[in-house]
Amino acid sequence: MIAIVDYGVGNLFSLCSSLKALGLEAEVTNSPEKLRAADRIILPGVGAFGDAKAKLEETGLVPLLREEAEKKPFLGICLGMQLLFERSCEYGEHAGLGFVPGEVVDLREDLEDKQLKVPHMGWNSLQIKTDDPIFKYFKDGEYVYYVHSFYGRKCEGSTLATSQYGNVAVTGVVKSGRVYGTQFHPEKSGDAGLRLLKAFAEL
Amino acid sequence: MLAKRIIPCLDVKNGRVVKGTNFEGLRDMADPVEMARFYNTSGADELVFYDITASAEGRTLFTDILRRVASEIFIPLTVGGGIKTLDDFDCVLKCGADKVSVNSGAIADPSIISAAARKYGDQCVVLSMDVKRVDGQFRLFAKGGREDTGIDAMDWAVRGVKNGAGEIVLNSIDTDGVKRGFDMEMLQELTSRVQVPVIASGGAGKMEDFAELFKNPGIDAGLAASIFHTQQVNIRELKQYLRSQGVEMRL
Repeated sequence: MIAIVDYGVGNLFSLCSSLKALGLEAEVTNSPEKLRAADRIILPGVGAFGDAKAKLEETGLVPLLREEAEKKPFLGICLGMQLLFERSCEYGEHAGLGFVPGEVVDLREDLEDKQLKVPHMGWNSLQIKTDDPIFKYFKDGEYVYYVHSFYGRKCEGSTLATSQYGNVAVTGVVKSGRVYGTQFHPEKSGDAGLRLLKAFAEL
Repeated sequence: MLAKRIIPCLDVKNGRVVKGTNFEGLRDMADPVEMARFYNTSGADELVFYDITASAEGRTLFTDILRRVASEIFIPLTVGGGIKTLDDFDCVLKCGADKVSVNSGAIADPSIISAAARKYGDQCVVLSMDVKRVDGQFRLFAKGGREDTGIDAMDWAVRGVKNGAGEIVLNSIDTDGVKRGFDMEMLQELTSRVQVPVIASGGAGKMEDFAELFKNPGIDAGLAASIFHTQQVNIRELKQYLRSQGVEMRL
């Protein structure tokens, strides 16, 4: 069973449906027993970093997630990926979970072409930098769906794939130990996204 | 870089997809879930559903269809039609919509834009506008293009973005259904005024119209209904053609 961490953030309809469509058993939960019993864990998230981090802290699940992330495949999606980093500067400085080295910064600051629109929203091609079992069914250069204004930086050692936006190589997929993160939404990235989720379920 | 998006639009009334010409004389087309499946396999980058039913029964039917589409199709879904309150946002988002488009609802109560943007984020709020030339001005129309609001459409767009609209759909009533190409002049005016993604709607009749559209770098997406529904233009062929013309496309 794949446990999707329920901490009151975001709309999980598509994520649940996509896993179901792959024939996978998934459950949205904040139960420590279920999270411990799960084969793998997905940390979703949309919205602002500070709010989401506070909500996650309120659940009291952070120490458990830290333990479980060492034992089983763990996937953070979108804001859920950003939470994996050490810190974020979205509306003030916030500490992240620190599962992956790096920081979350405003994409706007790093874009040289100020005409480029932020949020970075739409389909962008994903370039694989380091091959990994997560890409078992994914072809280099396939398009994935992004919606975000902040991105992971100073995480070169953990970056598996990026998407180019202007001069910025946007961190698309990171990995540290058994912890993965995708900045894009695999559950909204059509067939290519489903294949990434399928590979995650087989890790 | 981001690919340009091709978006089929499904107007749903009483559980069926309909599409009119110049907003009148609606013609029944097909089953929305079937069509969504078809568009997903033919490479659509996003789907837009407008609920054009007025009755409560119709709305229930619509959210039921939306839920069915969202449980098997995993590309972004935008939903509009009759969105007036935060509860309306909530309802369609829970059924699997990713973005919600407001039109007449925002004209009646502009604060819906900022309230929704605060609650769900800018990226979730799409400002859809029906615009027509009146006395040398781009004029905003309400109620499916039937009512002249007297408001300058470009000022309205700028104000909407300031309040938190994360994307704009510009539908030119002047070119809608005419199939002689998008309203490039009107679109140029809009893209020079706002910095959010712009979706062009109204006027597409053939593949070349999309190539012309994307010559304006400020346009992010082209939206059409009947030419896709009738297979006059096939989305996969269109995207291959556009890529051959140097437009970035997800294929």
